[in-house]
Amino acid sequence: MPSQDADKKRVDPENLPQAPSRRVGENLVEVDNVTFGYDRRIVLKGISLAVRRGLVVAIMGGSGCGKTTTFRLIGGELKPMSGEVRVAGRIVNRLSTRELFELRRKTGMLFQFGALFTDLSVFENVAFPMREHTDLPEALVHDLVMMKLQAVGLRGAASLMPSELSGGMARRVALARSTALDPMLMLYDEPFAGLDPISLGVIGRLIRRLNDALGATSIIVTHDVVEALQIVDYVYFMSEGKIVARGTPAEIRASKDAFVHQFVHGEFDGPVSFQYPAPDYRQDLFAQAA
Amino acid sequence: MRKRITELLRDLGARVTGWIWRLGFASRFFAVMLLQSGTSFRRFHLTIREIYFAGVLSLVIILVSGLFVGMVLGLQGYDTLVRYGSAEALGVLVALSLLRELGPVVAALLFASRAGSAITAEIGLMKATEQLAAMEMMAVDPIARVVAPRFWAGVLSMPLLAALFSAMGIFGGYLVGVRMIGVDAGSFWSQMQSTVDFHEDVLNGVIKSAVFGVAITWIAVLEGYDAPPTAEGVSRATTRTVVTSSLAVLALDFVMTALMFRGV
Repeated sequence: MPSQDADKKRVDPENLPQAPSRRVGENLVEVDNVTFGYDRRIVLKGISLAVRRGLVVAIMGGSGCGKTTTFRLIGGELKPMSGEVRVAGRIVNRLSTRELFELRRKTGMLFQFGALFTDLSVFENVAFPMREHTDLPEALVHDLVMMKLQAVGLRGAASLMPSELSGGMARRVALARSTALDPMLMLYDEPFAGLDPISLGVIGRLIRRLNDALGATSIIVTHDVVEALQIVDYVYFMSEGKIVARGTPAEIRASKDAFVHQFVHGEFDGPVSFQYPAPDYRQDLFAQAA
Repeated sequence: MRKRITELLRDLGARVTGWIWRLGFASRFFAVMLLQSGTSFRRFHLTIREIYFAGVLSLVIILVSGLFVGMVLGLQGYDTLVRYGSAEALGVLVALSLLRELGPVVAALLFASRAGSAITAEIGLMKATEQLAAMEMMAVDPIARVVAPRFWAGVLSMPLLAALFSAMGIFGGYLVGVRMIGVDAGSFWSQMQSTVDFHEDVLNGVIKSAVFGVAITWIAVLEGYDAPPTAEGVSRATTRTVVTSSLAVLALDFVMTALMFRGV
């Protein structure tokens, strides 16, 4: 049976401090009429979306709908063919490398599988952004890292190597690392992929609570409807490179739109057809006999 | 027939264009790497760490190989020299062979297969597991933080490894020639001392190994950084590193030998 001390050490995401001021109102991220393609294949067809400060917003849609591309455009990894991506009032696709790096210092990103540095311990992974971008004394770095790890419930795992962590733990360490410099914007790429139900719930709550505690703004790219609708403030639905629906979780759940309905309820057939386009079935079956 | 010739010419053209594009990419990558090398020296512990992985961990294979190559040289050299009554010149033969050619070249080939392949695989896997992308998203340039320290570690390690290879080789030649066969120890060392020229032989050998170090680690980091982010991509990049850098070492050796020793 765990001791009371051990219980105290365990993180309770519900009790993380609230942000002193959540400046909900102005838009932190704006994607304005953006078109993008890889070579000749157009992936995004003039999409527009806006994310207000302080909110947790999900971009959802099926595989290949363009949500990850949108995400990479916001992060400045890709440049649009036309249109503008603005973060904190700055046009991301017109920034120089130096300016982009300045912006990224204020941005945290959680990769799908954590992307922890495999040659560094958990502690060193979380300390990495602090060591790279600040001249903080070692004692202060130590305390900050421990606070970040405490927030994700892994202070006791500080000395472990990434290979010794489970998928959920790795994701939590990556979350601690991405919040190391208290970012104004958090980007989450499929944060729920491949997690067991407990880890999934923990990550979901941590995303919500860390966003509120840091006074940050979060964008989640995911296709996990159930978990996402529990924690986000607003949802954009994408299909075939376009925004096809938007709204609060309640509005999305109540939506009559055929695509949204199929996606949210995981229906077998609908606008997204089960069958890949093919010639007539009978023709295929009896063609040889004829 | 005409169509086939057209296709062949088109393929040839595409290959040549691709090759030129690749050369341009490699040159640009090299220039960026040099420009981003400040971190490797400002935070020298990053480079020291890589020197440990690329250099120190290559010591065993380098020292053991050097010893055996020297011993073989001792045997073969004695067998030839004794026919002309010049067995005392064994020390000179062993030393010159190692310092001018075998030390830099064999050490470089071993370095390419031991450290070059490891560098490519490590950077390639970092790319495949999004570690490099994560670094970029944290506003840290992976070329400055990951690539340049590995490059300079290779460049600094290579001449030292080649020197150790030659030293072990000379010791191996001594063991076989003097201790085993019975060549006079005084002649072995004194002839070596009087004949081997510091500038012509030792320094040129060091220059060779430094150039090999640049070539091998440049190829290794480039292949790793440009590897497709899949298991197959990393595996192919690793193989390409060993093959390309080995060929580069042999070709550069010929060019440098022609330039350095043509007057002797």
